[in-house]
Amino acid sequence: MILEANSVTKKFGDFTALNKASIAVPENSIFGLLGPNGAGKTTLIRIINQITGPDEGEVIFDGRKLHPDHIAMIGYLPEERGLYKKMKVGEQALYLAQLKGLSHHDAKQRLKKWFEKFEIQGWWDKKVEELSKGMQQKVQFVVTVVHEPKLLIFDEPFSGFDPINVNLLRDEILELRKNGSTIIFSTHNMASVEELCDNIALINKSEKILDGPVKEIKRKYFTNSYRVQYHNLNGIPYQFNETGFEILDSVVEDDINTVTFRLPSAKGPNDLLSAMLPHVSVIAFNEVIPSMNDIFISTVNAVNGNQVSAS
Amino acid sequence: MNKIFLIIQREYLSKARKRSFIIMTILGPLLMASIFVFSIYMATRQDEKLLIQVKDDTGLFFSKFENNQNYTFIEVTGDLEATKDTLKKRGDYMLLHIPATKLSIPDKAVIYSDQQPTMSLKDYIASRMSKELEKQKLSAEIRKEILNNTPGYKPGADTSAQDLMSETILKNIQTDVKITTIKTDEEGGEKKSFTEVAMGVGYIASLLIYMFIFLYGAQVMRGVIEEKTSRIVEVLVSSVKPFQLMMGKIVGIALVGLTQFLLWILFTFLIITAVQTAMPDKFAQAKPQATQLNQGMTIPNQETAVTAANQDQESSILSDVTDGLAFINLTQLLICFILFFLFGYLLYGALFAAIGAAVDNETDTQQFMLPVTVPLIFGLIVAQTVIQNPASPLAFWLSIIPLTSPIVMIVRIPFGVPLHEIILSLSLLVLGFLGTTWLAAKIYRTGILMYGKKSNYRELWKWIRYKG
Repeated sequence: MILEANSVTKKFGDFTALNKASIAVPENSIFGLLGPNGAGKTTLIRIINQITGPDEGEVIFDGRKLHPDHIAMIGYLPEERGLYKKMKVGEQALYLAQLKGLSHHDAKQRLKKWFEKFEIQGWWDKKVEELSKGMQQKVQFVVTVVHEPKLLIFDEPFSGFDPINVNLLRDEILELRKNGSTIIFSTHNMASVEELCDNIALINKSEKILDGPVKEIKRKYFTNSYRVQYHNLNGIPYQFNETGFEILDSVVEDDINTVTFRLPSAKGPNDLLSAMLPHVSVIAFNEVIPSMNDIFISTVNAVNGNQVSAS
Repeated sequence: MNKIFLIIQREYLSKARKRSFIIMTILGPLLMASIFVFSIYMATRQDEKLLIQVKDDTGLFFSKFENNQNYTFIEVTGDLEATKDTLKKRGDYMLLHIPATKLSIPDKAVIYSDQQPTMSLKDYIASRMSKELEKQKLSAEIRKEILNNTPGYKPGADTSAQDLMSETILKNIQTDVKITTIKTDEEGGEKKSFTEVAMGVGYIASLLIYMFIFLYGAQVMRGVIEEKTSRIVEVLVSSVKPFQLMMGKIVGIALVGLTQFLLWILFTFLIITAVQTAMPDKFAQAKPQATQLNQGMTIPNQETAVTAANQDQESSILSDVTDGLAFINLTQLLICFILFFLFGYLLYGALFAAIGAAVDNETDTQQFMLPVTVPLIFGLIVAQTVIQNPASPLAFWLSIIPLTSPIVMIVRIPFGVPLHEIILSLSLLVLGFLGTTWLAAKIYRTGILMYGKKSNYRELWKWIRYKG
């Protein structure tokens, strides 16, 4: 584990922003930090960045309690981000890189490399206010990663980017992981979570309500459901009720039937297929995997619903 | 420490490279130098002597006008219209006509001239005339007094005796008042104190501190607001501590201000030197050519002597000023100025930074600005009364209390302040600076990460109590 937060609590006056939240981020992985707005994600990120300190609990980074030395090993791209508008791009990037502990010389060399990679060398002497928002975001991304931190924290990194640049960024993030970095990734975009994240933690109302590897979580929410597409044989509709499988959904479109079944836990996909094959011509067969989106919504709603009924 | 240096550097460079800074740096000295050069020019211009013809119908005043290096008075008699005609033809002098009156006191005079007479000439004529009138009125009063208090005295019987008496009384009461204040120092020795010089130096120093705190304090505030609204602050505080960010900004801007002051002094000096070399005759110390010029004109013989006497007087005033400056302990003043200037700015700079952190834009700063500006303005107002009475209890307390002490103490210092008071005031100021910085850092730390929330004093109090 490169980062461990152990029952971290943070209060602002009477308001509890985080309540005994614990997360564990394995090294060299992409970790999704999820949760509705105002759940406490930003507070946790700020604690990891040592912008604020926890009231209770502790954060262990790389085997050691969080220490000011760690600042140089962490890169942070906040959701609310910006640059000095009147300052030149290159100068500003140099300044921010030096604040992360790079020497002037190193910072300049590395920045030049990144600017070339992103094909933005021409912006070096431009003022930030001359750039579009998306261009500024690119500069900001470069500044975040230029000191080659062990841990990167991206808060909604894709907001403000066009699809081409989203792809570029996603590839960069994957490459950063390949090169040994660990990435904490906070977003509301569940599709990108599914695509990128190895592990997640779900925070709701200042408490962590779910965490673990994405695959395991999905398995946990596995419902033994399957979607089958088929043609009727000889135009005679087949009555599935006899098989005893629960039908969740059934659609007929252009001669193609699409039916979703839920199987009893004792039965498997082969049982369904062998029951169907004599009667229909199957053209597609999929397991129905719950999306992160579904898991997110159902988990949050379940917790909130319980709270409502409890109170 | 390295990071705070980086912040100071950025703050300094970004402000010092601004167009407004460069313009102010050039305009300031130009303005100061031109005021200086202009006043010297105006002073030397008076080398041209004014010839004033006086037609005094009352016969009371002409003898009271004394010739000096600026004016020469010549009496004329004859018809007024005729003299006016001559004046119109020649036009290189002025005609002063004092008409006679029958019943009232002759208190009117008319100047005929094709050019506007200077204020100082009018003042001179008016003061001489009113002095003479006062004398006349006084002797009339005395005469009346004698008349009433001397039994059996017949009016008009012995006028010469009356005149003699009133003349004697007048002489007796007429005293040339010349005040020299004597200040006794601890060793019991006596020193002349030069109040005007002390007043001027103290007040200018106080005004400079006031201006610097306001101008550059507001810059600190604006800088913080800029970082907050552009949201770069969130990136910054993940690299440096909020306290470092705040102090870096305050110190960086202080250095910008100091640079500006130094450049102003340097440029002003350069410009004045340049003008002096370009026009040496205007600034020559002695003025022999002035006397030569005078001799070419139709003037009474004693004129040169009068001019010389005036020059003597002038040089004695000049030496008074230099003596006064020497009397004020210049090293002490300078050290105190820099210390009060620096810590006063630092104390307020932290408060300005806190205000910037508490708001989202500059228009919201009003409610928090008030408690910061009130002591500053109060200090400046009190400074004016402190000049009159530098040892009053008000002056003492305000020069000890940290919020007003940078402005008030510096006014008192040229008058001589016991060292232990200065040390007390300075230590309290440093403590005050540490106090406001500690307080401001707490507000700043929370405030810079709060967006879109209208803050009030209760909110700030909550922020102060948050744990790190």
